[in-house]
Amino acid sequence: MLSFLLRRIAAVLPVLLVVSLVVFLILRLAPGDPAAAIAGNNATNDDIAKIRTQLGLDSSIPVQYGIWMGRVLQGDLGYSFYLSKPVTELIAQRIEPTLALALGTVLLAVLLAVPLGTLAAWRLGGWLDRLLSGFSVAGFSIPVFVIGYLLIYLFSIRLEWLPVQGYKSLLGPSGAGLWDWMRQLILPWMTLAMVYVALIARVTRASVSEALTEDYIRTARAKGLTETAVLLRHALANAAVPIVTVIGIGVALLIGGVVVTETVYAIPGLGSLTVDAVLNRDFPVIQGLVLMFSVSYVMVNLLVDLSYLFLDPRIRY
Amino acid sequence: MKKRIFIAAASVLSLSLLMPAMAQTPANKVFRFVPHANLTVLDPIWTTAYVTRNHAYMIYDTLFSEDAKGAIKPQMVDSYQVSKDELTWTFKLRAGLEFHDGKPVTSTDVVASLKRWASRDAMGGILTTFIGSFETPDEKTFKIVLNQPCGIMLDSLGKASSNVPFIMPARIAATPGTEQIKEHIGSGPFMFKADEFKPGALVVYTRNAKYKSRSEAPSGVAGGRPVNFDRVEWVIIRDPQTQFNALKAGEVDMVEQPSFEQYETLKKTEGIKVEDFSPAGLQFIMRFNHLHAPFNNPKIRQAALVAMGQKDFINTQVGVPELGRLCRSMYPCGTAYGDEDTGYFTGIANPVKAKQMLQEAGYDGTPVLLMRPTDLASIAKLPLVAKQQLEAAGFKVDFQQMDWATLLARRAKKDAPANGGWNVFLTAWTAGDISNPLTIQMFNAKGQNGWFGWQDEPRLEYLKNRFARTVDAKEKKKIATEIQRVAFETATHAPLGQYQSPTAIRSNVSGLLQTPGIPVMWNIKKN
Repeated sequence: MLSFLLRRIAAVLPVLLVVSLVVFLILRLAPGDPAAAIAGNNATNDDIAKIRTQLGLDSSIPVQYGIWMGRVLQGDLGYSFYLSKPVTELIAQRIEPTLALALGTVLLAVLLAVPLGTLAAWRLGGWLDRLLSGFSVAGFSIPVFVIGYLLIYLFSIRLEWLPVQGYKSLLGPSGAGLWDWMRQLILPWMTLAMVYVALIARVTRASVSEALTEDYIRTARAKGLTETAVLLRHALANAAVPIVTVIGIGVALLIGGVVVTETVYAIPGLGSLTVDAVLNRDFPVIQGLVLMFSVSYVMVNLLVDLSYLFLDPRIRY
Repeated sequence: MKKRIFIAAASVLSLSLLMPAMAQTPANKVFRFVPHANLTVLDPIWTTAYVTRNHAYMIYDTLFSEDAKGAIKPQMVDSYQVSKDELTWTFKLRAGLEFHDGKPVTSTDVVASLKRWASRDAMGGILTTFIGSFETPDEKTFKIVLNQPCGIMLDSLGKASSNVPFIMPARIAATPGTEQIKEHIGSGPFMFKADEFKPGALVVYTRNAKYKSRSEAPSGVAGGRPVNFDRVEWVIIRDPQTQFNALKAGEVDMVEQPSFEQYETLKKTEGIKVEDFSPAGLQFIMRFNHLHAPFNNPKIRQAALVAMGQKDFINTQVGVPELGRLCRSMYPCGTAYGDEDTGYFTGIANPVKAKQMLQEAGYDGTPVLLMRPTDLASIAKLPLVAKQQLEAAGFKVDFQQMDWATLLARRAKKDAPANGGWNVFLTAWTAGDISNPLTIQMFNAKGQNGWFGWQDEPRLEYLKNRFARTVDAKEKKKIATEIQRVAFETATHAPLGQYQSPTAIRSNVSGLLQTPGIPVMWNIKKN
């Protein structure tokens, strides 16, 4: 297993190298010039040229890549063209809201979806199963921003229970209390969790219902085990691999959902940082974020792969 | 027992989750404002972005300022004198002016700030051509010695829109204009809280208790600057619907630029009122590339102007008739040089006449490459109207859609349209930027060294030079009118209508000042 771990971690390096090169080239070859965007409406070509030189954009692409890669290898992701701040500092500033949003969403989705999917599989065709099917269709079909606006209208505007927007940090000297922190996130969590509850519940239902037809379930029931034990210890445990896989995929897909949710709720996370950076052609920030997201994806996949070892003893690496 | 405790704890938690939030009435001393854009760059000299200019008005002060009538009034300056030969201007600073770091504002700071500003600003650049030297006889006095009389001294020093000659400490102003400053210390009514600045989320300012406000009543950005808040927060909310919801819920006090689609709803919403702090508003324009066919032919540019109907642009982009205004003048109507004596240009689409003019000009069907920024909602619909009106007049249009960042890069290219260049783009300017012939970028007619479109028209440059030298106000007006006449004759660009962009504020807020497009946070009160 250790050699598997080492091999997987070693495999991350070429992946990151290729990702960095592709992103770097796409950004440099795509239309749009950060210097022109920075210079603004009043600028002349001379102004733009001066800013381009100042940003180091007048060197050849291989030279620019070499300089950037050299810095990355020393742990320096460069400076934002706009904010004059290190990219690592910007990411550090924005990572807390995104992590809180993403992890909270996954937790909420798993806590709701796995029991619901299991129960639906247990009573296949029953009212809960039908309700879950309906909910899943809605969860998949309604865009995230529509769910967001509906929740805001109900809980913030009509009932005035929860805030419309914003984020109060939990950490740091001026951090909010736990309840203040949670109040800001309840609606975003609910908004983003909808689609993941639908996704995970559907897969759980399918996997558990399949497991329930296996011979060992009949044996377990014949031994006199309670239905709860049959469901949890035998059916759900054996259906866990596809469920964990889909949770892993869900975490990877979360990035897209986070961008929309952060916009609707004005949460200053990595999603809005990414959108701003792309719109402004803030190359160092985009490159830094893509690298960070790539590492996250690879790590999530690695964790999912490792979890198989514990979920299914037959699997060996 | 454990089960009971668990149930009790769960009930308390559920109740607390369901209970209405504790009323968080914002203190009257905190004002929350949603700016029209995210504040990314903090240096008002390095960029011309309006949001940066507005941020700078919070923390910096200016030597002169523009009042509500457009007159330039002393601000940091206490008094000034002009020598009889009009070559030496002597300015005395008000006593007690102090930067936020506790150091006094000196004439050395002023000179360093003016030099940095002039290195970036177009009008500052023109002023520099008149300046022989700066002198600082004492800490509170500075002199500007000219090599010839100049008619734009006060207009330049009191320039209200980007780039504004804000005064900063000399050590900070020593930063070259091509580099961003790292410290943000001014002597204005608010202090920037760098430790609380979260780009993309929150900008915090606190009251500058040591600010020496002028004794005159506030007017425009001139006069006294009474501050009624201990803290002002700029809350960055990108989504217009969320801006509206936050304002309705009382989480913010003012949304600078709500979308036009929400205008009617905002007016009817309880607890919210709509006010306009910028009476002169903004103007849509269409800019031609003078380098390439077909718009390298002034007759064809004139035909395009005749094809344009302002009403359609206003109705399509703004959509609220009461916020739009037909205005043929290239200077905004209602401002000092606004003049609707515009000859052949009526602002009413006349495709028949335009077609005839095109034939007479020998238009050979060369396509017009028209760029549309799809992601900039405030102007994204304009090119759709332009395409329709140009085609109705007989132009062949190559309609290219792109994001704003791509458009900005492409418009800087002088190549032929087929090789990555362009023929036409549309944009909007605030009145403050186009009220003076020297600040109108479309009047920059220095050819290859000019503004995008690169018109080469020595008559315009000559007239602008005369305008800059002229001191007499009536004579200046005459020259400004002549500049507009030449601009229409050579079809520098097409004015496509004037419009207002009102702000939305909570009903308990009062004292919003009318300015040349700058949302200032002084004089505002919250009951």
